[in-house]
Amino acid sequence: MSPVASSSAGRAGGGGPRLSVRGLKKRFGPTQALGGVDLEVRAGEVHALVGENGAGKSTLLKALAGVHAPDEGEMRLEGVRHAPRDPAAARAAGLAIIHQELALAPHLTIAENLFLGREPRRGLLVDRRAMAERARAALATVGREQLDPQRLVATLPPADRQLVEIARALAQDVRVLVLDEPTSSLTQQDVDPLLQRLRALAASGVAVVYVSHVFEELFAVADRYTVLRDGRTVTSGAMSDIDHDGLVAAMVGREIGDMYRRSDVVPGLPRDEVLAIEDVSGRALPIGASLSLRRGEVLGLAGLVGAGRTELLRCVFGLDEVRSGRVRIAGLERVGTPRERVGTPRASWAAGVGMLSEDRKHEGLMLQRSLADNLWLPCLSRRARGGFVSSRGLERDAVAWLERLGVKARGPGQAARELSGGNQQKVALARLLAAECDVLLLDEPTRGVDVGAKAELYARIDELAHRDGRAVLVVSSYLPELLGLCDRVAVVSRGRLLPPRPIAGLGEHALLTAMTTGVFAGGAA
Amino acid sequence: MKAGWLRAAGPLLGLLCVWSLFALTAGSKFMSWSNQELMLLQTAVVGTAAVGATWIIVSGGIDLSVGANIALSSMVGAWLLRDGHGFVVAASGSIATGAAVGWLIGALVVGHLVRALLTAATAALLRYAAHAIGVGEPWAAMVGAAGGAGTWWAMRRLPWRLPLSPFIVTLGLWGALRGLAKGLGGQQPIYFEADDTLRAVMQPGPLLPPGVWVMLGTAAIAALLLKRSVFGRHTVALGSSRDTARLCGVDLGRTELSVYVLGCGCAGIAAVMQTSFLSMGDPMTGQGYELKAIAAAVIGGASLTGGEGAIFGTLLGALIMTVVDNGCTKLELDNWVQEVVTGAIIVGAVALDRWRQSRAS
Repeated sequence: MSPVASSSAGRAGGGGPRLSVRGLKKRFGPTQALGGVDLEVRAGEVHALVGENGAGKSTLLKALAGVHAPDEGEMRLEGVRHAPRDPAAARAAGLAIIHQELALAPHLTIAENLFLGREPRRGLLVDRRAMAERARAALATVGREQLDPQRLVATLPPADRQLVEIARALAQDVRVLVLDEPTSSLTQQDVDPLLQRLRALAASGVAVVYVSHVFEELFAVADRYTVLRDGRTVTSGAMSDIDHDGLVAAMVGREIGDMYRRSDVVPGLPRDEVLAIEDVSGRALPIGASLSLRRGEVLGLAGLVGAGRTELLRCVFGLDEVRSGRVRIAGLERVGTPRERVGTPRASWAAGVGMLSEDRKHEGLMLQRSLADNLWLPCLSRRARGGFVSSRGLERDAVAWLERLGVKARGPGQAARELSGGNQQKVALARLLAAECDVLLLDEPTRGVDVGAKAELYARIDELAHRDGRAVLVVSSYLPELLGLCDRVAVVSRGRLLPPRPIAGLGEHALLTAMTTGVFAGGAA
Repeated sequence: MKAGWLRAAGPLLGLLCVWSLFALTAGSKFMSWSNQELMLLQTAVVGTAAVGATWIIVSGGIDLSVGANIALSSMVGAWLLRDGHGFVVAASGSIATGAAVGWLIGALVVGHLVRALLTAATAALLRYAAHAIGVGEPWAAMVGAAGGAGTWWAMRRLPWRLPLSPFIVTLGLWGALRGLAKGLGGQQPIYFEADDTLRAVMQPGPLLPPGVWVMLGTAAIAALLLKRSVFGRHTVALGSSRDTARLCGVDLGRTELSVYVLGCGCAGIAAVMQTSFLSMGDPMTGQGYELKAIAAAVIGGASLTGGEGAIFGTLLGALIMTVVDNGCTKLELDNWVQEVVTGAIIVGAVALDRWRQSRAS
């Protein structure tokens, strides 16, 4: 590893690395979570930490934060041994971690959140004026000085909450700032300003560790990278010396030939229309959406977060109220006005429509229940004899579905929370298969899923549509995914659904323009 | 299955510890067979109510009105007995009252405030009208119930929904039901002529008192339903993650309503035993039973955040509390000692359970 000329190498005062980790090991019972991790982060750089789910990134972050004490190895912060007893100690040493799930109190104001636990005081009371002033200064460090410090955090959009959290970290003396998937709840629009902020922060001398699955961001923001695989550091170096494929190969330990797969439809499959949405409007979103979905196709819904993509799926599925319009689902008996026949998720499952939620942890799965419980929940009534089900039978029959989707688990009785994100998502998808759904509504199916698992999910979705002849409607914020996976893509812009277009001739640029402006710029009809 | 037994092992071990402790210190006074029988009998009322409370807690809800419900249901039974009805009518009246309270709680929790009020008003009016034309009880009550059911059904498409938190609803009913119980007897207990069948419920029989069998039977049915029935699995799903249950097509409203009807029906069964135990209807009975029922469920492994609970664990939890009560009495310790000990056991049991869980994951 030769020293790399990063854009801010000159500011890395003190000679040695800001943060260094050597030979870190940590074992949980039978699993070796970390088996020798080395990491070196310099002052003034953005350092990309990458690895598949289960590679040991979160364990490493927890060791840095003082949540877990490592079994072996050494961590040094500015040359001083770093062995925090708890997160507060790590924070006091100058290491701040911003987690994927935001840790703000929604019912407090921005200012109160920024100074929670160390409010400026006047006697026994909080000095509100001083707090507001300092809050404004703190917000300025993340370029959001126009936000009102007295605003409740609950009213902020996700992007601003993310920035408030970063501002909170910066309001104290921070030497190393670690961001764990900071953009997972942000739209493309919000990502770029955040990355610029991080570059500016690094330039001011902070060492930034950036954990993400989104390679485009890593290449845009990071100076150097470290790749973890199976609990070990496998390689590290300068971002300029590696490309996308090289990074993927290092993470996966093998070449992923083609992430995406779009087979031709098996000849002879019926291609009848299974879902027709006619002029559907919801409570606020969507507005007058019309769409037709056939067997054997994957139809993508692109759009900014908040444009109404998720709401459209929820209206179709019966989770959100349909105010006007019609949703028709294949088969005579399933035709009806939305309120009557398609009005509840229960009726949707019965009609062969299944939905995968974007919120895996709260809506997608019952985390503390077993995989079998999660898998069979929609079809318990169907499987029951006289109102009773056999739990042994459920577990036995779950095995085949879990295997079919390649879920890595001890068995169908294991609790869902013990699985990695990718495997959890496969369980949630398996549920739609076990329920024998013809129409699959997938909301952000690969969110928080690592590269290897993503490729598998893509392959499964491709099979389902093009080989088994099911119809798939997929919402995604990740445009390459939509372009690689779908046959047609429809854009949702501010609640309005533009007519779907075949994928041929569509590019990211055209989609992005349509998402933001609501019209396709020129191009094919 | 295996996990269920493991979870029950904790409370069982606790029960053995407490029992052995008193067996060593209090000796034969505590160890006699008649005392064992007495302890089971003392557990029957709270134990049966706690089975219902466990079901409600597993669904993610809570019922603070158990004690008041027992008092009201018991008063209804005593009132029917005073009017010369037999055991079957009186017991059915108690159980139906308990279940009706459950229906009211469920309706309010699910959000059918208006629907519930109109239903209750129709039922009361019809019963009053039936009385006016000379129909006696329990027929008038049945006319009212039928009219109420009809109203409830007729308004099934009523769009207004105002879901309320079960904590608040049952906190309100905690006072209101007690008030109704007092009103029913004109602030006085209701006395009735002794009924042999009723008395036998809580009398030591050839094997065990029938009341103990009722408790065990209720628990067995509840455990089977919770583990194996679609309704039981939906209850668990509801308590584990409401949003997931909704996404997966569980009918939240119907499931939740049924949970409260069944759970409070158990309080009605407990009320029959309480009436038998007291040989009268006492509006002030059952005070604090709601907390004992919740405590039994929690000692038995239930989580107040929902999704977890073991019916037989709950019975063991109720037994632990009885053994402490009884043992302290046998040792002639003051009342305050057993109260402190019981409190410590509740906190200790939960702490132990959390510690075990944190080690497992």
